[in-house]
Amino acid sequence: MSTTPSPVPSTREAVIIGGNRIPFSRAGKKYVRTSNQDMFTAALEGLVARFGLQGERLGEVAGGAVLKHSKNFNLIRESVLGSSLSPTTPAYDVQQACATGLEAAIAVTNKIKLGQIESAIAGGTDTVSDAPIVVSDRLRAALLDANHAKTTSAKIKALLKVRPKDLAPATPGTGEPRTHLSMGEHQAITTAKWGVSREAQDEIAFNSHQNLARAWESGFFDDLVTPYKGLTRDDNLRPDTSLEKLAKLKPVFGTKLGEPASMTAGNSTPLTDGASAVLFSSREWAEERDLPILAKFVDAETAAVDFVHGHEGLLMAPAAAVPRLLARNGLTLEDIDFFEIHEAFASTVLTTLAAWEDEEYCRTELGLDGALGKIDRSKLNVNGSSLAAGHPFAATGGRIIATAAKLVAAKAAETGRPARALISVCAAGGLGAVAVVESV
Amino acid sequence: MAVQSAPSDKYTVAVNRGFTKTVAKKLGLPRPAILRRYAADAPLTVGPVLVVSDGASAGDADAIAKALGSWEVDVRRSTEGADDVRWGGVVLVGTAAESPESVSEAVLTLGGTLRRLAGNGRVVVVSRAPTAGDSPAVAATRAGFEGFTRSVGKELRAGATANGVQLTGGAAADSTSALGTLRFFLSAKSAYVDGQVLPVGPADALDDVDWQQPLAGKVAVVTGAARGIGAAIARTLARDGAKVVVVDVPAAGESLAAVANEIKGTAVQLDVTAADAGTKILEATRHLGGLDILVHNAGILRDKLLANMKPAQWDAVIAVNLASQLRINEQLLAAGVEGLRIVSLASTSGIAGNKGQTNYAYSKSGVIGHTAATAPLVAELGGTANAVAPGFIETEMTRSIPFATREVGRRIIPSLQQGGLPIDVAEAIAFLSSPVARGVNGQVLRVCGQSMLGK
Repeated sequence: MSTTPSPVPSTREAVIIGGNRIPFSRAGKKYVRTSNQDMFTAALEGLVARFGLQGERLGEVAGGAVLKHSKNFNLIRESVLGSSLSPTTPAYDVQQACATGLEAAIAVTNKIKLGQIESAIAGGTDTVSDAPIVVSDRLRAALLDANHAKTTSAKIKALLKVRPKDLAPATPGTGEPRTHLSMGEHQAITTAKWGVSREAQDEIAFNSHQNLARAWESGFFDDLVTPYKGLTRDDNLRPDTSLEKLAKLKPVFGTKLGEPASMTAGNSTPLTDGASAVLFSSREWAEERDLPILAKFVDAETAAVDFVHGHEGLLMAPAAAVPRLLARNGLTLEDIDFFEIHEAFASTVLTTLAAWEDEEYCRTELGLDGALGKIDRSKLNVNGSSLAAGHPFAATGGRIIATAAKLVAAKAAETGRPARALISVCAAGGLGAVAVVESV
Repeated sequence: MAVQSAPSDKYTVAVNRGFTKTVAKKLGLPRPAILRRYAADAPLTVGPVLVVSDGASAGDADAIAKALGSWEVDVRRSTEGADDVRWGGVVLVGTAAESPESVSEAVLTLGGTLRRLAGNGRVVVVSRAPTAGDSPAVAATRAGFEGFTRSVGKELRAGATANGVQLTGGAAADSTSALGTLRFFLSAKSAYVDGQVLPVGPADALDDVDWQQPLAGKVAVVTGAARGIGAAIARTLARDGAKVVVVDVPAAGESLAAVANEIKGTAVQLDVTAADAGTKILEATRHLGGLDILVHNAGILRDKLLANMKPAQWDAVIAVNLASQLRINEQLLAAGVEGLRIVSLASTSGIAGNKGQTNYAYSKSGVIGHTAATAPLVAELGGTANAVAPGFIETEMTRSIPFATREVGRRIIPSLQQGGLPIDVAEAIAFLSSPVARGVNGQVLRVCGQSMLGK
């Protein structure tokens, strides 16, 4: 399967100017009855205010939501129209499950690199608290038949097919359509396969809370987050959690696998509401406006795994994407200063790292000559990740990109040497997107 | 003459309209006027302006009258044949008067016009400050205008005010800052400034003044700008043409962003007590071309009788209201920011004292102190440092004051018988940061409707 990666074609740079998100909130709390459009507009407005973009016509705004009402067919464009940006700013929706935000960033930065646009915002939003409720397939079929029927009697006949049980709404789940397993159950299989311990997972969760709390305390998010609806910090954050507390939680996934179950509510991300947005541009556009440049968006790669046929773990696509991305850019794991690996579950991070360290896996599944390598754990999610911040699906990419850009900028300023961050986001459907950002 | 209808408090509206107006009149209730506020398309004054002077000051009076004429004001030099005129303003010029007796004719002429002074009319006294070398008679003549101005302010009704331009350091009566201050006092921008005598020193002449956009091309930073008076200041500076960077604590970020987007400004979530706040403020203005105006508005209240005061309550107020300003100013001075115009928020509480506000009063009195000391330091780089001391201003904060206390604050204490609005404070700040106010330095301008409290 392996081909020698061709070198990255020479194009101009796409730079990251800054980001903004609203504080993330656990489902059913602060943002109940707040729509995706409201939240993404708020994220845009904070970004516009931070960089004085009122009335600007940007090249485009791209983003999306994973759980989306059909009425939000133009979610991002509608958000732009409700913002202080120029209404002549084009926009479009993107959807790639949890990789939506990162995929939107890849799309807009590619256009910037090609010279098609000079500036863009990429981001995403998701709400579980305002999720669309769908009627059952049988009821939907009956309603559509009745609508298409020409005569009254035909209409009545169509509606008579409805049975009481058809009236129960079908709520959207995160279950995989082809396996009917939830994401957690899928990851539980992967966790068991790699023999990831409960303690190791709880440690990842504990570090996430500790790191995110420290980042908030130090003011790291002062220019990355704008409060919304009275919420000033991510409300999933538990600065006072401990390994002891995490150890007491009952497993919720993989309880029927035969192996001791280890995935709990503490080491899995909660359902979360939130939105994020990141401002990208060409270097020239930023310099003309004297706007700060945090980092450049170097390159990105997406991958998919054949989880349907039991080949791979559902959330293991980034394990495949990263080696390809590094090779194309002539990088190794040692060249990376910050690993921003989205914590869908603590064990997702651990199985990904385990895969890279496994010579057999890297050879057979990833087509490498040997193990990709071991990362320095002190470089992992240094300012916390999704276990602590929460994970509003499409908003996670924007959160991570802005954090990574600020981290590499600070590191480069401190050391005087270039700094790099590797971003990795797994997604439903066996998908994964990864990217490298580098200080300027 | 269209009077700007500003959002006055409900009582003020009631006693000025319809049936409730009649009732209030019959009962002899206080009837505060609806104050006229600035509108870009409205005339400077509500009617013709009379310029009177003693004999020795006639030359200065002529120069002032000439300037008024250039502002399209209907200027008169005499009351003759003007029996039916409703005066928009009277300017008394006594800049060259040398004896108390010499001013009586001009003063009494002014007195004769007061019954015909229009609602929201203006009296402005232009005099010269007593200086160390003055003869006793000259010093008495000059000093007399101060008590006179304040007393006129207390006699005026229907939203009319009396203020003074007090020339210092040999400033000419028609110098840029003297005329700029005179214009501010004559205009609706000084609606809630009453009984104030503002010292004005010499300043370089300006080629041409853009009275519609006096802050065009300037970059201003306003702290505590997420709401209330701070948001009004940001809006007013933007209206006057400035690019505004609004600053507030991260927790206030949502309303801060809304203010920034409304005025096409930039929002910076920053706690002014941070050790590097001054440096961060400079960084935030870099992409706009540097810092010209800094408004220290951020302030907090932690009211408590001193006997019950906890260290946290005292320390927080001092840290935010006073120490932050000192540290930020130090950093800006060290950075050598040229032509920096600083305006700090003081308070009449800092002047008169207020029960339960020892911490707040200390901080606001301290602001007045450091403003005077900072003034010569910034002046070396062509800048100014002044303070504005608001009295009772109608904000979310004052709406929470109990009814009786609030009514005393509004009706009884100020000559104008009402609280001011955030815009009134903002107008004073916009004036003090404008190029024409360059000659005003180290001063405290009260925006208090001539509150009886304090000096």
